Amino acid sequence: MTRLPPWADVALVPLVSLLMAAGISALVLLAIGQSPVEAFNVMVDGALGSAYGWGYTLYYATSFMFTGLAVLIAFHAGLFNIGGEGQAQLGGLGVALVLLYTVPFPHWALALPAAMLGAALFGAAWAAIPAFLQATRGSHIVITTIMFNYIAAALMVYLLVDWLRPAGQMDPASARFAIETRLPTLNEIPGLSLIFTRKVPANVSLFVALLACWLVWVLMWRTRLGYEIRAYGKSEKAAAYAGISPFRITMIAMLLSGALAGLMAINNVMGEAGRLVGNAAEGAGFIGIAVALMGRNHPLGVVLAAILFGFLYQGGAELGLWTSIPIELRTVVQGLVILFTGALDQMVRMLLGVFFRPRRVPA
Amino acid sequence: MTPGTESGGRPATAAPYAIELRGISKAFGPVQANRDISIRVPKGTIHGIIGENGAGKSTLMSILYGFYRADSGEIYIDGKLTPIPDSQSAIRAGIGMVFQHFKLVQNFTVLENVILGVEDGPMLNASLAKARRVLETLERDYELEVDPDALIENLSVGHQQRVEILKALYREADILILDEPTGVLTPAEADHLFRILKGLRDQGKTIILITHKLREIMEATDNVSVMRRGQMVATVKTAETSPEALAELMVGRKVLLEVAKTPARPGPVVLDVADLRVRDEAGVERLKGVSFQIRAGEILGIAGVAGNGQSELLAALGGIQAATGRVTLTGRDLPLIGPGANGRTRREAGIAHVPEDRQVLGLIMDFAAWENVAFGYHHRDRYQHNRLLMDLGALREDTEHKMQRFDVRPPIPALAAKSFSGGNQQKIVVAREIESAPDLLLIGQPTRGVDIGAIEFIHKQIVALRDAGRAILLVSVELDEIMSLSDRIAVMFDGRIMGLTDAAATDERALGLLMAGVSTAAAA
Repeated sequence: MTRLPPWADVALVPLVSLLMAAGISALVLLAIGQSPVEAFNVMVDGALGSAYGWGYTLYYATSFMFTGLAVLIAFHAGLFNIGGEGQAQLGGLGVALVLLYTVPFPHWALALPAAMLGAALFGAAWAAIPAFLQATRGSHIVITTIMFNYIAAALMVYLLVDWLRPAGQMDPASARFAIETRLPTLNEIPGLSLIFTRKVPANVSLFVALLACWLVWVLMWRTRLGYEIRAYGKSEKAAAYAGISPFRITMIAMLLSGALAGLMAINNVMGEAGRLVGNAAEGAGFIGIAVALMGRNHPLGVVLAAILFGFLYQGGAELGLWTSIPIELRTVVQGLVILFTGALDQMVRMLLGVFFRPRRVPA
Repeated sequence: MTPGTESGGRPATAAPYAIELRGISKAFGPVQANRDISIRVPKGTIHGIIGENGAGKSTLMSILYGFYRADSGEIYIDGKLTPIPDSQSAIRAGIGMVFQHFKLVQNFTVLENVILGVEDGPMLNASLAKARRVLETLERDYELEVDPDALIENLSVGHQQRVEILKALYREADILILDEPTGVLTPAEADHLFRILKGLRDQGKTIILITHKLREIMEATDNVSVMRRGQMVATVKTAETSPEALAELMVGRKVLLEVAKTPARPGPVVLDVADLRVRDEAGVERLKGVSFQIRAGEILGIAGVAGNGQSELLAALGGIQAATGRVTLTGRDLPLIGPGANGRTRREAGIAHVPEDRQVLGLIMDFAAWENVAFGYHHRDRYQHNRLLMDLGALREDTEHKMQRFDVRPPIPALAAKSFSGGNQQKIVVAREIESAPDLLLIGQPTRGVDIGAIEFIHKQIVALRDAGRAILLVSVELDEIMSLSDRIAVMFDGRIMGLTDAAATDERALGLLMAGVSTAAAA
């Protein structure tokens, strides 16, 4: 197969994949008697056409950055962490416990680091058990993390209903966090408030997420630990030869992965909801897999892919709001994007390879 | 064989050549892999193509097999102009290829592998029965015995290779290309392969043998073409040339096939191994109580047929494999089992290790050269920028230095390890391990799959390290290599050392007996 030049590999392949996903989505829309052009306009307009739309797109993107990074780190260690969803749920629990049951925080700037610590610890703890089973017993991490997603879901329902729910409240959710701990949204930040004139859900967590992307890049490509993680992920045998402990790398990579997935909770639980509700992660843990895949397991790619999926989420919601197109179509479009950018990656590559083939010989 | 629509000026009297290439050129970006190559292979001959790694042999064969398209040039098969745009066309033209790395389905039987892709219909029984009949004749005719119902994963490497040859013959190949076929074989298996090839030739098949081993060329071929840096520098009759002349043609300068070294001046004992035992995962004892010593300034060679415990010996000493017994390095006990026994503590103790399989153990193939150059030594202070960050500048500089000193080509630190030829990969590993200034160097199969110019260089480095007063444990299945490098030789058979002698006091025959497990007078 023809090797593509690097620029085509990182830019052209995802672009063509997206266009193909868009094309099939258009066919689906036509099949249900809707206008693809109108749907596209609504999506772009609603998600990217205004600062308000961007405020939602970036809110979703923030969550996806965290979960994307979580998948990325595990992936570089050769581990496929499907458990981002459960780890993010537990992260939410960590946030809620810190904000409800520790000290009363006088200011969000003090509450945020504490909540981050809680989110990261709980997320990491939820990843620790599958990691330990993988490292010591060889139990496959894909299977165990999926199981732990289900356990997390059940656990959260139990905790919310039986323990965290304030007496007399009907819905299974925790009490509201103190108003002082509410994170500033983009429209409340001096300077940005000139752009975001209406209230948007995107909040300071976005900057934490971007910082996390940079830190993960430093970790993976500038530190010994990252070097060892990547080496172990590429070749377990070579890592053993070099004296890199498989147990240590498996545990550290999964703990970091779980912590990042858990950190997502500062965006949705602390930032948006202001309390812990059931199923708070809303599938963002799974979207993280697609984000990491499409972002080529590079933090910069994760940022871009997270924004793309943020757009799909927000644009999809807009579709449900303004058109008669069912909101489920959002899932279809996302599925197609994942299908083309992830699963059919090689197919796109092969198709493009034709154009990069060296000149043919006149036979 | 109908005369083709050829246009060239070949004497009309000669039978058509089985293969004729005219003016084949192929470039990959700026690299001219093949430059105006013309070659004629007469029908019913074994034609060797020899050249260093990276000389363009594999590219040329890939063009002939339809993997690459030449930028220019023509291919004639049996005198007929035959464009080969893909491998289907190559198979139709009667060309079969046996790759260095076999393309077999491990959990299929021999028969199933043979018919894979050429089944006659959706139901397999008829195809299998037909293949069984064809295979029986082929096996009878060519000494290609393989059990048609055996699973591939249960076959030895030599037998797997026979299956590859059978696959090609089943597809009615008249021309057989073998790419470095003996790289994975024991000497006895290699001899058998050459008998098979000669049998095929005598039945009228044409065989192209790609190798960098001079000995095989001399032993098995009728004609030989030498490639160097993308060009065909000579084609000669094998009977009219010599290994020295071929080596010079390959490298472009005189090459010392013998290792020049002075007698050893052994110092104090560096490594003392007593009753070393290793069990594999299945509980089978692979190393059954091995004891020996190596002194400073001495090379101990471990000879033996592959799979007699040499790999386990290296792995146990290198800290990769748990073992029992007692090992001391310059008087200090080394942990053989538990968390203290790993590659890192071994390096800290002063043991460097060039593993037998550089692609699986010694290098991360996807990592750049500069990332590989500190692999295993990445904890050393010189590679740290501060407590958190690695010093990428230092790594690059170190890589450039090592590439220059060990003549790694191309000298590009950012290039991934997998993009280097086998010889240059090995140079990166050897450079890393030797330059770590070890007390003891473990080195397994130092020149497997390495071209002749690099072999000479690596051998020189090993001897230089010895002369600098270090101890060296050399494991190799190449008896020539053991004999020319070692000061003392131990022969391993079935997990034991059968005999340990001075290199000067033994010969190939005595070692061969020990390697076969015959304990004779040679034991000292």
